[in-house]
Amino acid sequence: MLSIKNLHASIDGKEILKGINLEVKAGEIHAIMGPNGSGKSTLSAVLAGREDYEVTEGSVTFNGKDLLELSPEDRAREGVFLAFQYPVEIPGVSNINFLKTAINEIRAYKGLEPMEAKDFLALVKEKQKLVELDGKLASRSVNEGFSGGEKKRNEIFQMAILEPKLAILDETDSGLDIDALRIVAGGVNKLKSKDNATIVITHYQRLLDYIVPDVVHILYNGKIVKSGPKELALELEEKGYDFIKEEVGA
Amino acid sequence: MSNEILEEQINSDYKYGFVTDIEADNAPKGLNEDIIRFISKKKNEPEWMLEYRLKAFKYWLTLEEPHWAHVSYPKPNFQDIIYYSAPKPKVQLNSLDEVDPELLKTFEKLGISIEEQKRLSGVESRIAVDIVMDSVSVKTTFKETLSEKGIIFCSFGEAVQEHPELVKKYMGSVVPYTDNFYAALNSAVFTDGSFCYIPKGVRCPMELSTYFRINASGTGQFERTLIIAAEDAYVSYLEGCTAPMRDENQLHAAVVEIVTHKNAEVKYSTVQNWYPGDKNGKGGIFNFVTKRGICLEDNSKISWTQVETGSAVTWKYPSVILKGDNSVGEFYSVAVTNNYQQADTGTKMMHLGKNTRSTIISKGISAGFSNNSYRGLVRISKGATNARNFSQCDSLLMGDKCGAHTFPYIEIKDKSAVVEHEATTSKIGEDQLFYCKSRGIDNEKAIGLIVNGYCKEVLNKLPMEFAVEAQKLLAVSLEGSVG
Repeated sequence: MLSIKNLHASIDGKEILKGINLEVKAGEIHAIMGPNGSGKSTLSAVLAGREDYEVTEGSVTFNGKDLLELSPEDRAREGVFLAFQYPVEIPGVSNINFLKTAINEIRAYKGLEPMEAKDFLALVKEKQKLVELDGKLASRSVNEGFSGGEKKRNEIFQMAILEPKLAILDETDSGLDIDALRIVAGGVNKLKSKDNATIVITHYQRLLDYIVPDVVHILYNGKIVKSGPKELALELEEKGYDFIKEEVGA
Repeated sequence: MSNEILEEQINSDYKYGFVTDIEADNAPKGLNEDIIRFISKKKNEPEWMLEYRLKAFKYWLTLEEPHWAHVSYPKPNFQDIIYYSAPKPKVQLNSLDEVDPELLKTFEKLGISIEEQKRLSGVESRIAVDIVMDSVSVKTTFKETLSEKGIIFCSFGEAVQEHPELVKKYMGSVVPYTDNFYAALNSAVFTDGSFCYIPKGVRCPMELSTYFRINASGTGQFERTLIIAAEDAYVSYLEGCTAPMRDENQLHAAVVEIVTHKNAEVKYSTVQNWYPGDKNGKGGIFNFVTKRGICLEDNSKISWTQVETGSAVTWKYPSVILKGDNSVGEFYSVAVTNNYQQADTGTKMMHLGKNTRSTIISKGISAGFSNNSYRGLVRISKGATNARNFSQCDSLLMGDKCGAHTFPYIEIKDKSAVVEHEATTSKIGEDQLFYCKSRGIDNEKAIGLIVNGYCKEVLNKLPMEFAVEAQKLLAVSLEGSVG
């Protein structure tokens, strides 16, 4: 589904990603862990198409298409979804209206008619349950005045509505209490299927107790320095990132 | 954001910039007593009307153009303007079939239905329209339906002929010709406009609307609107305007007066979309308008809602004099400026009566190289006990070459007053745009969403039909303005 080859990216002339290689297949969950400043968030931003970053080398193929050639909105329409670490507030725009616009833009891209209002509302009702989102939040302005936990739940709610092929969760666990973490992870698990894939970017092993990855990658200094089964995350938790630094001889 | 997108979108055209090929009956250029006599004669006016015009003209000659507004523009040459232009032939029209087909096409292009027939075919229109093209009113719809309820809705010219007592009584009672430079000019040379009288106890069953169109070149448009709501009456009134694209600046100097009697309410909504000039600031309408209402008696209410996206230069302060006790004044405004547009707009709330309340919500949006100013006065007079005002002025900036300014004036002469003022300035964030894009929403749609969200409080005040139009207009006016 996703194939990243020797990806280099920089911001303001400073190289952050220094040759990332990653293969993600449908049905898989990949976890990317790493210390602060290792390039985790840069990787998610580059995949989603943030224009502040310049890709200097390498390629990203998504379902046979050159992802880097696509505009951010077209990436979303092709099925890439980024759950933001810091979801953005849009005052005055209701969640419902926002999602309806999004879903119909994606449908138009695929040559489909706009969704009937009735069907859309049914979809909203159904997916709200998934993340135990209060019905009132759906009609409130996008993320405005939401608590940290509500914002993250809203991200997963949007993901549930848009049904992406590839979801990238950028530190979705940060700032969550244990109950919210359980709800968010539960939502992600319920959305998992053999046709979609998830990349979970996280600092802590904690989230991986709830979302069990098929592969864990360790990102360090702009490169994936180690990959392994889910136990790698536990090892990392126990030993800290220092052991990685020693292993790669940094 | 890449500059190409910006460039491409800024070049998007003003959709209403066509010229209708209709023969017009023009006055010679220039302004003097003879021109005023000419206009008055053309309109077959009684002597008192001519006298009023001449008095206003003499007064105007003593005035200087005002320069306190935060706008700059070449001084209009008042002798180079045609003060009267009427689509020919001007005859009394009895049905739509008699309207010049070119004119009907014009309004079709503008998306205005003036077909009363629709009412019969079951698709009930809820709007009665008066259409003013250049200097004259060309058609008023639903007149008969309205007159059954005793509502007078006609062109100003007709009102002078048929309801002289009402015109005499109210014209100039809210905006006297001595009020300001452009009000004096308008009082001297006004050609047409709408007149509306809602009798005692009547709730107007449909929206009343006037549509203004400047068509002929070299003309100025000087219309007057007078709305009177008698005791316990209610009306919602809409005003829309467009103009063709021309290289020269055209002058629009209107006067709108509203009078509400006891327990009456008037809601006045404007979607102003005069030609704003091209992307280099060439051409466009100078929009110098005096709009004022008076809550003459107790418990009455006047509400102004405006969405301003057009004109090269706008100078406009729809105001309310709160004379009656417990009267309410409201001002909801969205003003958008792009490219080289300049707007200096706001309101005046004059509290005279006891327990009077006013609300001001102003949303300015500046893009391109434009300048957008809010200027507002809240005055609480001595004896206006327990007056309340709440003002909120927000500015949204797009790009880094535009300006947003706020000039609030507050004068309080009564200690019991409570006046609140809030102001914010923000920028459309790259973060917000990227967030929308990451959900599959493109740049233009995203700007539309964000801006409409920002203006929601004001757009919500517009009647349904207008709100949809206004939302589209906002998106179009701001296309590609984030760089």
